[in-house]
Amino acid sequence: MTPTDMSRPADISTRQPDSAPHRARDDADRRGFDWYVDKAVQLIVFVGGISAIIFIFGIFIFVTREGVGFLFEGFDLVEFFTSPRWMPTSSSNPTYGAAALILGTASVTGLAMIVAVPFSLGAAVYIGEFATGRSRETLKVLVELLAAIPSVVWGFIGLSIMNSLIVRIFDVPVGLNVLNAGIILGLMAAPIMTTIAEDALRAVPDTYREAAEAMGATRWQVVWRVVLPASKNGLMAAVLLGVGRGFGETMAVLMATGHSINIPDSIFDSVRALTATIAAELGETAVGSEHYRALFTLGIFLFIITFLINLTADLVVRGTGDR
Amino acid sequence: MFEATELNFRDNRVEWAVKALFLLMTLLLILPVLLILGVLLYRGGPVLSWEFLFTQPTNGMTAGGVLPALVGTIWLVVVALLASVPIGVAAAIYLSEYAPQNALTRAINLAIINLAGVPSIVHALFGVGAFVYFFRFGTSILAASLTLAIMTLPVVIVSTLESLRAVPHAFREACWNMGATRWQTIWRVVLPNSISGILTGVILEVSRTAGETAPIMFTGAAMFMPLLPRSVFDQTMALSLHLYTISMNVPDVPEALPYGVALVLIGLILSMNAISIGFRTVLRSRRKW
Repeated sequence: MTPTDMSRPADISTRQPDSAPHRARDDADRRGFDWYVDKAVQLIVFVGGISAIIFIFGIFIFVTREGVGFLFEGFDLVEFFTSPRWMPTSSSNPTYGAAALILGTASVTGLAMIVAVPFSLGAAVYIGEFATGRSRETLKVLVELLAAIPSVVWGFIGLSIMNSLIVRIFDVPVGLNVLNAGIILGLMAAPIMTTIAEDALRAVPDTYREAAEAMGATRWQVVWRVVLPASKNGLMAAVLLGVGRGFGETMAVLMATGHSINIPDSIFDSVRALTATIAAELGETAVGSEHYRALFTLGIFLFIITFLINLTADLVVRGTGDR
Repeated sequence: MFEATELNFRDNRVEWAVKALFLLMTLLLILPVLLILGVLLYRGGPVLSWEFLFTQPTNGMTAGGVLPALVGTIWLVVVALLASVPIGVAAAIYLSEYAPQNALTRAINLAIINLAGVPSIVHALFGVGAFVYFFRFGTSILAASLTLAIMTLPVVIVSTLESLRAVPHAFREACWNMGATRWQTIWRVVLPNSISGILTGVILEVSRTAGETAPIMFTGAAMFMPLLPRSVFDQTMALSLHLYTISMNVPDVPEALPYGVALVLIGLILSMNAISIGFRTVLRSRRKW
């Protein structure tokens, strides 16, 4: 109460006992039905928001949980990374050397990147900087089409079409090899790289281009001297994500590599990939057996590598600071 | 007055050469898809018929149709959508309407990128460890669909987020000024204005989910299962795994048969994509702002 109230006539205060303070509180307090709904929704969408984090942790925990027994008992770090002998089903002395599998994955992914990086960056530059209007939209849709083909269909194409093509063109006995899987994987990784690279090019402000054009630069000079340097980090992230994609691809690699354990000498050797090994062997193992756990250990390895690749890509993009 | 010098001519020639080179690269990237689609149509086309779509595989999967696989794929996709769309839309609403610029939001974004980047076979291992054994769903449609749902969650989140962000901020402010709560604003203003964009993303997710093989191999899809599934606790065949099985594991399959299965799968996926792209085009032209 303010001092002025003291001077009011007494009958006014008796006519309205205590009602004014109540009304003031009702006005301030809007906790009606709508307020509770609003808060409940806020909680629900928050849970939805953090679900991605929960799932990533869930994946790590559950895959580790199944593999951890092997990590502490039969696991020999040196053998795992250096021995090319992946013989989990040997009855006398099962060995778990993943070196050949790692090299298999690396060779296929490496070849895929040699195929895919120049073409996807080239396509991104053409679609983003040269093409206009209708042709640009059409090209984008076609690139999306490339991304829509599922990996098992790519694998089947490697198995049937590419296989016979390679046998015929290069005159080799088997067409399921590093070359086959590398080309297939390159075509699979290309759309994601093209899309992300094009996003990176589009993130360069138009004022940069206008400034360069005002100096009399041709379109190509603008691209080469201004746009590409400015979007360097985004392009690098695109390549990294493409690598991650190729590294983790399963079905196509399982079907197109020939799936035989080999340290490749040439691109015409059959190899076996980490992912494909899990896919091919998990169905045949007894749950909880050493072999089963070894496959989950490969899974942990794959998870960590892809996590690091994605993290690096993210850091590279953030490195540009002001986007 | 401007006169073209030798330098300008050279720049022009370089310009044309570079443009042609990049166009060539783009076309070389796209050409294989068209070739592949052509070959699939040419080899698999003759196999296709209504009978192929609506009969059981017979003779140890070397003859007959794809009915159980087609029905199984639809089951898997529908159950996966029921799980992933609510979570994905909620996550997108949080990121677009509520999330402050802080470390948690960054962590969420990083987790989404990672969820999309984790190899599909690792998702499969997770599905086996979590849904099949830990939650005791067994190898079932439920376990397989939940695995697929988590794997395709980033597709829903990213596309929904994009369409929510496309709604101009002024729309929200106008609604807040009328005294509406945040949720009333989202429900009455933001969602109605972005629903078609969200649907486009959902259709895109359908096409992704339908093609996945590795995540369902050990969690719920069976190589051969002549009976149609009756509940989410049954195993089922799926088109993608069926294509893998008959092209890798079954002997004496007639050459044309896997092409036919691949064509059905691609047809399903591309028609979903076409609907999604068509939707988007119509949407852009009808936008109110």
